Amino acid sequence: MTSQIPALIIVIPLIASFFNLLMGWWRKGLCYPWVIFALGLCSLASSATLWTVIQTGTIHYRLGNWAPPWGLEYVVDHLNAFVLVIVSFISLIISIYSKKSIEQELPGKTVYFYTIFLLLVTGLLGIVITGDMFNLYVFLEIASLAGYALIALGEDRSALASFEYVIIGTVGACFYLLGVGYLYIVTGSLNMADLTELLPRLYLSKVILVAFSFFIVGVAIKMALFPLHVWLPDAYTYAPSTVSVLVASTMTKVGAYVLIRIMFTVFKPYYPIEIIPLTTILGWVAVAAMMFGCIMAIAQYDLKRIFSYIIVAEVGYIVLGVSVANRMGLTGAILHILNDAFMMACLFFVAGAIMYKTGSRDISHFRNLHRKMPFTMAAFTIAALSVIGIPPTCGFFSKWYLIIGAIDAQQWIFAAALILSSLLSALVFFKIIENVYFEPRVAHAHNGASHEEVAVDEVPVSMLIPIYITVAGILTFGVFSGKIISTIIQFAVPASF
Amino acid sequence: MDTFEFIIGKYNYWVYIILMMIGFFAMIAKKNLAKKLVGMNIFQTAIILFFVSTGSKSGATIPIIEHGHGEAAHHAVTVAHYINPLPHVLMLTAIVVMVSTFGVALALLIILYRKYGTLEEDEIFDAIESARQEK
Repeated sequence: MTSQIPALIIVIPLIASFFNLLMGWWRKGLCYPWVIFALGLCSLASSATLWTVIQTGTIHYRLGNWAPPWGLEYVVDHLNAFVLVIVSFISLIISIYSKKSIEQELPGKTVYFYTIFLLLVTGLLGIVITGDMFNLYVFLEIASLAGYALIALGEDRSALASFEYVIIGTVGACFYLLGVGYLYIVTGSLNMADLTELLPRLYLSKVILVAFSFFIVGVAIKMALFPLHVWLPDAYTYAPSTVSVLVASTMTKVGAYVLIRIMFTVFKPYYPIEIIPLTTILGWVAVAAMMFGCIMAIAQYDLKRIFSYIIVAEVGYIVLGVSVANRMGLTGAILHILNDAFMMACLFFVAGAIMYKTGSRDISHFRNLHRKMPFTMAAFTIAALSVIGIPPTCGFFSKWYLIIGAIDAQQWIFAAALILSSLLSALVFFKIIENVYFEPRVAHAHNGASHEEVAVDEVPVSMLIPIYITVAGILTFGVFSGKIISTIIQFAVPASF
Repeated sequence: MDTFEFIIGKYNYWVYIILMMIGFFAMIAKKNLAKKLVGMNIFQTAIILFFVSTGSKSGATIPIIEHGHGEAAHHAVTVAHYINPLPHVLMLTAIVVMVSTFGVALALLIILYRKYGTLEEDEIFDAIESARQEK
């Protein structure tokens, strides 16, 4: 039974999604506990998988017991076990949070919402667990299709944002598919482990170069790397709050995982580093992404749009860690996948909570919000400090490894860019914090000492608990980051680094 | 002669590239959302043509062994006589994905049309802009 656990990670949310629809026709109220139950089981299964991987090493699971390269194979090593746990836990936390927010924003659509929600989680987990290139494409499209539908549920402009995302996202997926096609022409294999063995003899072939370029551009579209990020801010801003949390905290991170997997597992690390100068190009793209994301974030007034541009910058961090291509840099990048998932979850949770209580996301309306919603704003402040990179929080540690990595690679400009973008993100968050906590001087002088009384009006406990789980995550991952690296991440970095 | 062979001998790949560029052009340049969507569909169909081309061989037949139940099943199979079925099977899956993408996108267009009464991109932007100013 325990040997079947890797398959259960995918099967549980997939089956649960269909049963959710049936159950919803009978009793609508059952959907919420059902989703939590299913994702709880799924998180247990992925934690068990991570535990097995730590104990015994890489797991190969053959679907239907067909031997690869003919059959499909799920391969779980330290890297994807780690990402599996992140995705399943984050989606569990989000499902707890979703109840009130969905009741308010999407009345009458809860059943369908949860059905597609589970399909999205299935797609994301499938992308991470599979060991087959074409299977990855199918899961990529499952996740994207569910994402398009969920984003279109949102407010006014969401349908247009979602349509743009459909067009751009499909181009990305098609590029990926073309890459798979070119690899298949020259190798006759779709299995990742098989390709790793077959490809090195062909590294100087033009076909491989074309395939690799298609992969990188396709994945870059899906993970919203800087010049290809245009779909992200609109889609993430206008989506329903719960959907924003899910896509923001997991989708780009899963894209980053696929990038690392293709660059360093399917292809041997020396291909993108030495044979073609990809890592150098990616490094400069990442610097541009960090600068652009932070500067655009400063210019926005919509809270979710600010966070969306922060994501563009965060994707830049991860890609920078990948592109410096040494042990420290890649450790930082993988650690940042975890940290960023929790930071973005927390920030978008807070944005959703503020939407829930005030109905507005415009930061100029946020005055005195710390008296109205003290717990939410405290959580926001901790997450903000983490994005900026203040020591006890986890954001500091991944940035630390990224900077050490850049220095090890003697890329001084990359290190400087990391520090500069931290300062810029400090500016972004201080702008919000200033709007919330500090009262304008003029009004104060007029009314003397009496400042207006604001009654505490917090969000429901079912929303506060998830917010504080992510805050606890941000703090504990910071404190135990050394432990996480020594048990998991050091084995996820390719041995040749 | 070589160039001639390069263009005529692999004409299906040239058609795939041309179709893909037509689709790409429509997605980028057309202002009408429905035309963009048609462009997307042409783009995806080009990829199907590419995959199907990779599997086919001239003079080969479908990959089914004649009289496979009898003694012929134990005979050696000459790969050159049979078309590679795997790219074709992959495309069955890809067609399903493409149809569902097309369906989702059409549903989105219906929502957009109900909301704005038009599918012209710039008219929708104008409508959004004027709605914002009224606020």
